[in-house]
Amino acid sequence: MINPSQVAVDRDKGNFHYDTDYSFDAGVGLSEEVVRYISEVKNEEPWVLDFRLKALDTFLKKPMPTHWATDDLKNINFDVIRYYLAKGQKPSRTWEEVPDDIKKTFERLGIPEQERKFLAGVEAQFDSEAAYSRMKEDLEKEGVIFVGSTEGLKEYPEIFRKWFGKVIPTSDNKFSALNSAVFSGGSFIYIPPGVKLAQPLQAYFRINAENFGQFERTLIIADEGSEVMYMEGCTAPKFETSTLHSAVVELVALKGAKIQYITVQNWSNNVFNLVTKRALAEEEAEVRWIDCNIGSRLTMKYPGVILRGRKARGEVISIALANDGQHQDTGAKMVHAADETTSNVVSKSISIGKGRSSYRGLVQMPGHLKGCKNNTECDALLINNNSQTDTYPAITVQGDDNSVQHEASVSKVSAEQIFYMQQRGLSEAEAMSLCVNGFVNDLIREFPMEYSVELKRLIELEMEGSVG
Amino acid sequence: MNSLKIENLQASIEDKPILNGLTLEIPKGEVHAIMGPNGSGKSTLAKVLAGHPDYKVTGGTAILDNENLIGMEPDEISRLGLFLAFQYPMEVAGVSIANFIRAARNARLGKDEKVKAVDFYKELYEHMDALGMDRKFTSRSLNDGFSGGEKKRCEILQMSMLNPKYCILDETDSGLDIDALRVVSEGVNRMRNPERGILVITHYQRLLDYIVPDFVHVMSEGKIVRTGGKDLALELEDRGYDWVKQEAVA
Repeated sequence: MINPSQVAVDRDKGNFHYDTDYSFDAGVGLSEEVVRYISEVKNEEPWVLDFRLKALDTFLKKPMPTHWATDDLKNINFDVIRYYLAKGQKPSRTWEEVPDDIKKTFERLGIPEQERKFLAGVEAQFDSEAAYSRMKEDLEKEGVIFVGSTEGLKEYPEIFRKWFGKVIPTSDNKFSALNSAVFSGGSFIYIPPGVKLAQPLQAYFRINAENFGQFERTLIIADEGSEVMYMEGCTAPKFETSTLHSAVVELVALKGAKIQYITVQNWSNNVFNLVTKRALAEEEAEVRWIDCNIGSRLTMKYPGVILRGRKARGEVISIALANDGQHQDTGAKMVHAADETTSNVVSKSISIGKGRSSYRGLVQMPGHLKGCKNNTECDALLINNNSQTDTYPAITVQGDDNSVQHEASVSKVSAEQIFYMQQRGLSEAEAMSLCVNGFVNDLIREFPMEYSVELKRLIELEMEGSVG
Repeated sequence: MNSLKIENLQASIEDKPILNGLTLEIPKGEVHAIMGPNGSGKSTLAKVLAGHPDYKVTGGTAILDNENLIGMEPDEISRLGLFLAFQYPMEVAGVSIANFIRAARNARLGKDEKVKAVDFYKELYEHMDALGMDRKFTSRSLNDGFSGGEKKRCEILQMSMLNPKYCILDETDSGLDIDALRVVSEGVNRMRNPERGILVITHYQRLLDYIVPDFVHVMSEGKIVRTGGKDLALELEDRGYDWVKQEAVA
């Protein structure tokens, strides 16, 4: 009864683009010249250029990780990608100053409206650079820093250089090396000790150009006892050719600090989304990754927390939705490196049509530690008969005093469930969408209200046309 | 015009014929009961009328007021006013009863219309109170982990909230203790009115002590083989189904 989908997924929200003139264009393909060009345009310190060049070398030497990851990675053609595109202006502090075509884009995505309603600060990145960046004045007075990567490294090296590339070393994987070579944009954030942000900071990453690679670099440092919630949203128009998004996100939560990092990505399905995200949690610090992956051709993302201080706590909550032609390869890494550290992973994936979702989880608890706990739940929902899901847990736990719980389930929406719901008057698509929303409902509640409404709507859109 | 009129209905599943030319008319305002042994096709009739995709209709018609239901999607049939209370209601995790019924109500409205939350909950609570359901049930997942009795009450709750023109109750008495049977039957009886036709499918006479039918039909091998008043049910209880079958053959 439920037929495989022939989905023309509705991505109306992100699927548009305005022609833009770029003053700065690093051209096509990757080379030392391209890396030097980016560094020069940004007027960087020699140590940053040096960092980039070493990273390029690492990137070129590292093989594609296809011995464990999907062969689809081989289809990325690094020679046709454009690595840096910018208009050259500094990020504006008011929307009036943002160039019209870019402003129109962000207005259509609802960013200025969200800023007025509930955000403490916004950064809006258009291709390689931020077009707009503004934070509420009182936060500036309290010493909060919220800038792009270029500005962060140049203006506040004493704060950011210490941690830059330390949570995720350049050589962590091929794509962290690529990012380290050509990074541009992203958010550098510093929250001073004891400062607790009542409202979230938000970054919006927009890919506008075709054949483009977006490589933003984010570093958030929450000093002792501070609290911050950061949200990122991403979209790109639908192009025939593939687009690459490869970010590196490093979080540092010092003693007693709390960081919540929320992602809602709604990439078009030509985007390779290969992102490395990791956090360091010191004593009694708490890091939560809340991650929603919708769209993209291939997403590979395993947010991690290194629990380095006693009683540190890490959490990954993720929802992945894989539609026809999409592969969501997501998961979590929890590295316990101190006593009484706890971690929690809840992952829910939905596979529609020929969509595939994979879960990869890594939990490490060495034997000398005491009182560590991990809880992992991963649930998969299959919509059609040819939908696919797979799970690869890697759990290393030693010592008698540590505990790990792992639960996994796979369920399928049954034809009888759909018939039952249709008998009450719901269309097949409405019934399916209700089932899916029911499946992820408890996780959607973890997102801020403004986002959960959007998420539910996105899920409904994905379900349209997914039944035959 | 004002009836659910089934004529010479034939249906099969995986090429195996189950309904073999069934004819039955349920006018508005009447309660009909279908009784019959296991395997006679009672539940199949209910599912075929509701448009279950596993069954293939090979002949005949089922006219709801003016429209032939055969070939329609299950949700279209529902919105036309046919409600089926399931023998085994499905569990749907994460979807609350209130949200589900509200979605079903909204499906009956125009594109930009929605039920008003305040009115909706007032009505929902009235029906729940009458069925002896705890109001906390509204936030529980649909049928998820419910007892047999709770599931059946939930079916009657949905039936009351969706205000159908014709109701089919498929073995609603199965799995019910005597108290639950009484409450559920009272719920059905409250829905009896001149504007609604009700078809009760049951294996046992017991239910018909509570929901007293105007007519009783006996089904065997995919057909109605005998029709009578409510006393026919008592007679069946006494004598079993065999004599009807034998008479039908004879």
